[in-house]
Order: sequence, then structure tokens, then C-alpha cells
Amino acid sequence: MLTQHFPALLVVVPLVAAPIIVLARHALASWLIALLATAASFGIAAVLLDQTLADGVISYAMGSWEIPLGIEYRIDAAGAFVALIVAGMGLIAMPYSRVGIAAEVRSEEHYLYYALMMLCLAGLLGILVTGDAFNLFVFLEVSSLATYVLIAMGRDRRALVAAYQYLLMGTIGATLYVLGVGLLYLETGTLNLADMAARLVSVGDSRGVLAALAFITVGISLKIALFPLHLWLPNAYAYAPSPVSAFLAATATKVSIYVLMRYFFTIFGPTEVFDARATGAILLGLSLAAMFVPAIVAIFQHDMKRLLAYSSVSQIGYITLGISMDSVEGLMASAMHLFNHALTKGGLFLVLGGVVLRCRGAGFDRLAGLGHTMPMASFAMVVGGLSLIGVPGSAGFISKWYLVSAAMHEGQWWLVGAVLASSLLAVIYVWRFVEVAYFRAPPADHPAPGEAPLSMFLPALAMIVACVYFGIDATWSSDVAMRVAEVLMSSRSIVQ
Amino acid sequence: MTEDVQLLSLLLTPLAGLVLLALAGRWPNVRESVTLLTAVILFSESLQLASDVLGGARPGLTLIEMLPGLTLRLAVEPLGAVFSVISSGLWIISTLYSIGYMRGNNEKKQTRFFVCFAGAIFAAQGIALAGNMLTLFLFYEAMTLITYPLVTHHGTDHARNSARTYLGVLLGTSIAFLLSGLLATWVIAGTLDFRHGGILAGQIGAAGTAFLLALYMFGIGKAALMPFHRWLPAAMVAPTPVSALLHAVAVVKAGVFSIVKVVVYIFGTENLLSLGSADWVPVIAGFSIISASIVALRADNLKRRLAYSTVSQLSYVTLAATLLAPISIVGAVLHIAAHALGKITLFFAAGSIYTAAHKTEVSQLDGIGRRMPWTMTAFAIGALSMIGLPPAAGFVSKWYVLSAAMSLEHWWAVCVLVISTLLNAGYFLPIVWRAFFRAPPADPDDHHHDAHGEAPAIMVLAQTATAALTVGLFLYHEPVLRLARAVAGAF
Repeated sequence: MLTQHFPALLVVVPLVAAPIIVLARHALASWLIALLATAASFGIAAVLLDQTLADGVISYAMGSWEIPLGIEYRIDAAGAFVALIVAGMGLIAMPYSRVGIAAEVRSEEHYLYYALMMLCLAGLLGILVTGDAFNLFVFLEVSSLATYVLIAMGRDRRALVAAYQYLLMGTIGATLYVLGVGLLYLETGTLNLADMAARLVSVGDSRGVLAALAFITVGISLKIALFPLHLWLPNAYAYAPSPVSAFLAATATKVSIYVLMRYFFTIFGPTEVFDARATGAILLGLSLAAMFVPAIVAIFQHDMKRLLAYSSVSQIGYITLGISMDSVEGLMASAMHLFNHALTKGGLFLVLGGVVLRCRGAGFDRLAGLGHTMPMASFAMVVGGLSLIGVPGSAGFISKWYLVSAAMHEGQWWLVGAVLASSLLAVIYVWRFVEVAYFRAPPADHPAPGEAPLSMFLPALAMIVACVYFGIDATWSSDVAMRVAEVLMSSRSIVQ
Repeated sequence: MTEDVQLLSLLLTPLAGLVLLALAGRWPNVRESVTLLTAVILFSESLQLASDVLGGARPGLTLIEMLPGLTLRLAVEPLGAVFSVISSGLWIISTLYSIGYMRGNNEKKQTRFFVCFAGAIFAAQGIALAGNMLTLFLFYEAMTLITYPLVTHHGTDHARNSARTYLGVLLGTSIAFLLSGLLATWVIAGTLDFRHGGILAGQIGAAGTAFLLALYMFGIGKAALMPFHRWLPAAMVAPTPVSALLHAVAVVKAGVFSIVKVVVYIFGTENLLSLGSADWVPVIAGFSIISASIVALRADNLKRRLAYSTVSQLSYVTLAATLLAPISIVGAVLHIAAHALGKITLFFAAGSIYTAAHKTEVSQLDGIGRRMPWTMTAFAIGALSMIGLPPAAGFVSKWYVLSAAMSLEHWWAVCVLVISTLLNAGYFLPIVWRAFFRAPPADPDDHHHDAHGEAPAIMVLAQTATAALTVGLFLYHEPVLRLARAVAGAF
């Protein structure tokens, strides 16, 4: 049966597509291959999510080597859910890329762009599906290396600096992670994550385990861009080619958040080290800072891409806030926002890509009068912005609903105030765009651009419509998010 | 099944009208016919619904399950029927008026104006028919956002800055207070349905109830309870028809409507009465009534004076609702209707004066009644209604509120009402006196003044109609009273 190899195929399909694209070199052919591979991954992810929701964990022994000696691929509802988001975003970004990169990437490099996108996709999906700590590091590096190059492809020369900055920070993060894994290997003698979790319980509160927790938390937090380790993110998002910004905003940080959840709840969760230390409190403090400081910084930006990037850092704070609550409700809110924010921010960056193409820049002086020159795109931006604020009827509202009720369940009433106050900051930065687009005259040298090409606008529109749809009918997303939270919490509660 | 269609059509009619008139934007006559036709259809549907509700029907319809256990739901009760009829009926008249105003003043972007107007009415119907607090909240926020382009209609820096206040206060209060109140209610009561006797009854103690009530009272910023009233004067930067229908009727009535709804169906009047958690609200409302009136007394700009009068009158409803007696609830519901008719007449008159004479300040109105007798007569009737004198509808509602305060022996509330009546007289009657009994200024530079007569006929027609309705509601208020009794009698 082919379906039985799906956990492996999820990664193998895009991984194999990459060298084929390099061999093909032809721009159109490479686009087609990439599109097909992404569609296949998306289909596989959908099937896997369906199976894991029905049957629980799927375990797959890579190369039929016996677990835990060989590498295990192990996917449950949590991993499959994020995989669906990643592959889905890839599937939206691919048709968009055809025209989207034309203006930003030199045409002889187009095949490289698609090959790198495939590697990035393979890496991200690999992180989600692997059950091996070191293998996870490998996939983390595969996706990161591809990402560095993708960012450097941006038209603006500052993209090189941004990519270099991310390269440094990302490498530090990955190094810290691998140090942590090394310590865990010393303590437990295994790299299999499930095995490691089981053995850690008997190891107890050793200094080595504690150091491993610290290394891994900081390392992954760098990749998450958790405040104050977010310094690479605004430049990376601002100068990368538009489809890359959208894809990264919706996927890269989300996958890293998944890794953090895994380590916190599945690996360290059953041990006492997690309870005895102030991990939750530290994360709570950083999340709160993330919700406010970058949101205030976003208000003072003069470039829409940077504004959205800082908004991302701020919204990541909501997700980690849910994690820090250490409860099913909190995790569920996190999973929910992971999904809803991917939709929202992915959609916004996609719309913005079309705008950048037409207006030749995302600075507010370029976007002035956008409501008149590109009314559809401008309106789509506003709708996406409303979802960032969390206006009812948008996906962002559902996240906020669950996050606030999780805080209420915990009896943390002051957190309710913090979450809602932070959304008021979102009102301000979203309204900066509204006022630029609708109250300022278009720049004098404006080429009277007209709407973005359909191949870019339709995928963007699809995301924005999804934003509204999942804000009105959230039964599917909340059911799945609930399952994800239960899966993540299950191993934690075994010991409790 | 037919009930479902009936409820849905109340939402779909303005929505369909919105789409059609957006498509017809290039042909103003077609566009305005579509608006008018939509308004007439909506009003007839709304009347039908109200008569069904009077007959005892309580139709309900679940639209969609939004979250597990939480639905978007429509359900009609008497209060909703009142609000639905008022907003749709006055939409017809103000559409007529808008046509005259927008053309008379050569306003730009008329299509956007009429589209957003229809959108606001759609939101108003949603609020009126909302079957639970979540649905109400959804349409409440939608109304804030859809009216934003109307407030900023002129696109000037002044309009933008005023709209910041508008949006800041309305979105700010609703997100910070109303949403947290909503969520707390959901966590505590496990439901957000509107239920007689209240869903929070017996769930939490007196202090918790008082806190929650504060979240709702201040969270519903559209009710303009001080200190969250600043958005209303700021919104006066909009064209006058917007101020008339939205900031005298639809938006502000959505606010006090929600207040009554929350008091009666979320907290329950008996529950609040026994806990004593609502005792502080009439004090704040009384303060709003008096201080807004004092500001109005000093305002020379006519629309600003009317705006502060609205702030004051809205707090009548809040005061009446939180006195918590059946008869005061009746007064609150009646006042929603009476104030809507009276205040829209006043705004219509202000817009007519602006269109015909280009005057905006009270001090400029000397002798204007001789040139614009219809307008100023309508204004006088509206003013009587605000003061609460017969033969205007305001007398009836004030009578009920006053007798509630007396029978409950809330003497300070009686004092507030009496002082406010005097203040109302103090800032409305001089305008009428100026208009009719003072000689027009002999200003050689004022060429307009010689030229102008009445406003365009269609605007005069509209304001005469609302003035007539103000008197009409005084003479015949039986159906509204029965609906109001049904709201109050539920406990």
C-alpha cells in the first residue's frame, strides 16, 4: 500500500523535486514540477491529518530499520495539522510565484528559486514528521539554508544583509539546539524523541537535563523570533521576494513553535524539571513583552512590509502566551492562532506582494492613495488587517476568543486585559495603513498602476476569504485545534 | 420555514440593495430608486414582523454554528421589533432627505455614501434581530466599521482626525470592555442567549455582577455614557443625513438598545434589583444627562448642540433601564422611539438650514424662521419632544420615566429629570425664539441671506414627515406601548 509510506513521501516528494528542477533548469517546467510536488505534499498532509485524527499516532520506520535504532517518522494530529498549514501555504504560493517573482528575481535564477522552495518545504515538513532529535536538526538546517538563499534573492541589495543577519542568528539558534540535543543524548542515550521522553522521567532533575532544556528553548526561540530574539525577522520579511515573505510568515516561525511545543510538552513535559523551573513564567513574561513592544514598534514603521513583520513578532507573542499557560485550553488557543495567523499574515503578505509589484515599493509614500489606485487590493488589506485586530467575523477573533477564555479558565483575569489592550495597539497600526491608503493623495510620479495580475490576486484573495470563512464557521478549525492540544498535553498529564 | 424566510429577508434585503445600488453607481437616478425601493420593502417586512410579534409570535433562526456550542442566531422579541421598525422606517424618509441634501450640496462619492448607508441599516437589522450576545456583538462591530467611511466622507484632515476619535472610542470600548464582559459571561453562564430573567441570575455575587455590568455599560460605547461620549460630537463632521439617521437613530439607538437588552435579558432586572449591583448606573447616567446638557447650552454650533443633546437623551434610556422597574423599562423603550423621531427631525432641520442658507451656528439664525417657516416649525416640534412637552412624543416617554422615578421614590432621579427638562428648554427654545421673533441681521455682505428661501422640496417633505410622526406618536402610541409592556412584562 502506498498510503502506508505517506509519512516518508510527505518529505521525499518535495526533496526529490528539488534536484529534478535543477536538472530541468527551464523556468516553466520547474514551476510545473514544483506546483505538482507541492500539490502532492498537500494531498498527503490532508490524508495524514485525517488518519491521525481517526487513529492517533502513525509510526513509520525509515528504511525499515527497527525503532529506536533506525530513524522513526512519527506523526500525530499536532504534526499533521501544522504540515497541512505548511503544505497549504506552499500550494497557494506556487501559482502566485509564477508572476510574483518575475519582477524580483532574475529570470535565469527562476529554476533555483523553485528548487530552493522545494528544499525549504521538504525541510519544514521533515521537522514535523520526524521522530528523531538529530534528524530534526538536519531538517531545520535544510529549511534554514534554503531560506537564507531565498531571502538573498530579493531585488533590494539590503536583502543580502538581511539574509546574512538571519544566517548568523539562525546558525546560532541551530547550534544551541544541537548542543541541547547532545546533552540529552548524554543523559538518556537515545535520539528517538518518544524514547527520550520515556527515559527522561527516570533521569530526574539533573543539571544536564536542565541545561538541555535551556539550550533547546533559547535555540528554538531564535527560530521562532520570540521577543527579544526577533531581530532577524523584520529585515528578512521586508527584503525577501514577496512570495517568500508570505510563505515564511505563514510557515517558518509556526513550525518552530511546533518544535517548542513538542519539547515542552512531549519531551520535558513528563519530567519534573519542567515544573520545578520557571520555564512557564519566563515564557509568559517574554510573551507579554512580545505582545506590546513590537506592536508599538509596528506603529512607527513607514513601510508596510516592516509593519507587518513587527506585527508578526507581536502575534507570535499570543501563540507563546497560550503555551505558557500550560493547559489544554491555552494550547488549544495557541494551535488556533497558529492556524488563523498563518491565514491572516500569509494573505496579507500575498496581497502586499501584488501591491509592491504595481507601486514599486511598500513604503507608505508609495502606498499613498492605494484605496483609489488599487481599490480591490486595498480593501483586501483592510479585511486582513481587521483579522489582525481580531474583529468578530474574522479568523483573528476566534483566536482571541479562545486565548481570552483560556486565561479566564486559569483565573488569570489580568491576562484578559493584556490581550485586549494589545489588540488596541493592532487597531492603531492597522489604521495607519487605512489612513495612508484612503486619505493621502497618490504620489505624483505614480504610474496609475491598476490591480495586480490575476495570478497573484486570486491566491491572495483566497487567503483573505479563508480568513473571513474561518472567522464565521470555526467549528472545523476549533475541533482540530482541540485535538492538537489534547495530543500535546496527553504525555504531560500521564505523570501528573 | 416561512418564519426563517421572514427573518432572513430582513437581513438580505438591505444586503441585496447594497449590492444593486453599488452596481447602479453610474446612474444616480437608478441608484437612488434602488435605495428607496429597498427601504420600502425592508420597512414593510419589518412592519409585518412587528405585527407578528404583537400577535405573540417569537420567530427564531440559527444561522450557523460559529464555534462548538456557540451559534450565530436570530431571534425576535418585542424590543428588537421596535428597533427594526424605527431604523427601517426612518431609512425611507432619510433616503428622500439624503437625495435632496447630497445633490443640493454637490457632495462627492455619493455611491459610496449610499452603499455605506445601506450597510449601516443592514447592521442595525442584525443588531435588532440578534438572538444572542455574540451575534449582537458581531453586528455591533460591523456597524462601527461600515459607518467609518461615512464619518470621513469629506476626506479632510479634520474628518480624519474626528474619525480617529470615533473609531478609537467605539472600537476601543467594545474590544476592551464589551468583549471581556462577553467572554466572562460565556465562561460564567455557559451561554450567551438572551433569556427572560437573565442568564447571569444566581451565577455570581453582587460585586462580580457590578463589575460585569460596568464592562457592559461602558463597553457599549454607542450608548455614549460619560466619559465615553466623545465620539458622538466628533462624528458630527459627517454630512448631516448621516448625523440624522445614524448618529441620532441607528448607531446610538443600537447602543441604548443593547443596554436595555443586556439589563433585561443578560442580567435580569430582578436579579440586579435583589443584588443591588446596578445602583451606581443611574448616578452615572444622571451625571451624563446634566453635564451633557450644560455643554449643549454653551455650544454655538448647531450640530454640536444637537450632538450633546443626544448624549444627554441617550442617558435617559440608560437611566430608565437601570431603575429596574417594569414601568421604567416601558419608559426606556418608548424613549428609544420618541427620541429617534424628535432628534432626526432636528438634524433634518439643521441640514436644511445648511443647504439653503449655509449657516451652521446658532448665533446666525436670527429671523431665519421667516424665510424657512416649514423647517423651523419642524425644528420647534422636535425641540418640544426633546424638552418633553405635549404635543410631542417626548412627553409620553418622559412621563413614564418620571413616574417610575417617583413611584420608586428615587427623588434624586426626579430632580435630574426636572433639571434636565429646564436645561433642554434652555438650549432649544432660544433657537426657536431667534428664528421667529428676532429680526434678520442687516449685513450688507451677506448675499446668501437675501437669496435663500426654503430647502429643496424633498428635504422639506422629509422633515415635515418626521415632525408629523413625532406628533403622531404622541397621539397614538398604542402598538409601541404594547411592545414595550411585553419587554417589561417579561419579568
